[in-house]
Amino acid sequence: MTTEPTDPIKLPLDALHAELGGKMVPFAGHSMPVQYAMGVMGEHLHTREKAGLFDVSHMGQMVIRGEGRAEALERLLPIDVVGLKEGRQRYGLLMLPDGGVADDLMVANRGDHLLMVVNGAMKCLDLEIVQAGMPDHDVTLLEDRALLALQGPSAEAVLAGLVPEAAEMRFMDVRTLDWDGTELWVSRSGYTGEDGYEISVPVARAEAFARALLAHEDAAPIGLGARDSLRLEAGMPLYGQDLTAETTPVEAGLGWAIQKVRRTGGAREGGFPGADRVLAELAEGATRKRVGLRPQGRAPMRTGVALYADETGGDPVGEVTSGGFGPSVGAPVAMGYVPADCAVGTVLYGDVRGKRLPVTVADLPFHTPRYKR
Amino acid sequence: MKYTEEHEWLDNSDGVITVGITEHAATQLGDIVFIELPDVGREVTKGEEIVVIESVKAASDITSPLDGEITEVNEALADNPGLVNEDAEAAWFFKMTTTTPEEMDDMMDEDAYKEFIE
Repeated sequence: MTTEPTDPIKLPLDALHAELGGKMVPFAGHSMPVQYAMGVMGEHLHTREKAGLFDVSHMGQMVIRGEGRAEALERLLPIDVVGLKEGRQRYGLLMLPDGGVADDLMVANRGDHLLMVVNGAMKCLDLEIVQAGMPDHDVTLLEDRALLALQGPSAEAVLAGLVPEAAEMRFMDVRTLDWDGTELWVSRSGYTGEDGYEISVPVARAEAFARALLAHEDAAPIGLGARDSLRLEAGMPLYGQDLTAETTPVEAGLGWAIQKVRRTGGAREGGFPGADRVLAELAEGATRKRVGLRPQGRAPMRTGVALYADETGGDPVGEVTSGGFGPSVGAPVAMGYVPADCAVGTVLYGDVRGKRLPVTVADLPFHTPRYKR
Repeated sequence: MKYTEEHEWLDNSDGVITVGITEHAATQLGDIVFIELPDVGREVTKGEEIVVIESVKAASDITSPLDGEITEVNEALADNPGLVNEDAEAAWFFKMTTTTPEEMDDMMDEDAYKEFIE
């Protein structure tokens, strides 16, 4: 089967992005704003200081309905879905049979259904996997809702100005709230290491809602460029780079996402694709791990930079999977995979344009999250 | 002042040529976070990559606009690469002497460069 090349899909807020001076680029099959007039650095710092509004409508919003949906979803994810209370959300991983990760996602218990928010580039494949794994359930990707993220210390004030109940929510709460007759699906979460919200809004009302948020003096539109540097400083993996079909949850440092009840000795132990490997790695450790990396000089080390144990000779021992300049750190930051015995403080050498430059293994995150728990 | 298609500006003062990048180039690159300058005394040939610029978006190179020798580099840029975004005309990268000064005659003047970037 062949697929015809297609133009990037336009987001519901495309006209607003143009009006706001957004520089559009193709990303995950969609036309997305990479930056606005403020620029990547300014947008990053604005989000850390005030509030940034991100259009993440390219992401998939997957609704799962039917009796026994939580139990059935646990056959695909290594997390505790059954114990997820109504009105709460948690991080999850869609697993592959060999223990690799098909996608990372958020799953929310919204009472009469589960809502999974998955990566834009993976949503069609995810839908196939979930539908195949839950043949007795109704699994659909929503086409009629946009998704916005409002992030930063002013996010609560900005959203509560429109929807006062938003202020009562704490980290990882999900609620349905009414804005001017429009049903908002709100979660207190994000991908920046800041307090904030992710808000699903009907496409027909998305532009009006975005404009209402941007009317607040602390709110500014933020593009993909700053979204990437914010999540990098927050130590969060990007699917496709830091987390792939070839990485396991334990290698990726995401063992914390697998609750005790799904681990060896738990009441609902294993029972997900790749469980043998994942449970063994949880017990015995993996051979490599995802770590933070701090280049010692000013030169950024970007995706694909090979890491060596010594300044000369030898084979690579690891690789940078994400890297760039951290505006809040004020220095280059990166993350990547290194041998499991590389302790924090170990000095490695990254090959940048043929020169081996020193880089120190560091703890993640680089920027301490400021969630409202 | 002369301009290249690589978006460099060249200012010739008594045979010493000061080289920087244009405001247009700086805007296109975005916030610059790292600049690697060549060693003083290095013999360079036209088209050779001699400066690395990293912005928040990507890495790019500046090539030598002429054959010659690097006589001085702007060390201030290594510590504060954002100076280029603040004022690209003032934030020079390096100074050089050249064995082929006549090549500057064929380069764009300001009006031609403005037309080039439109």
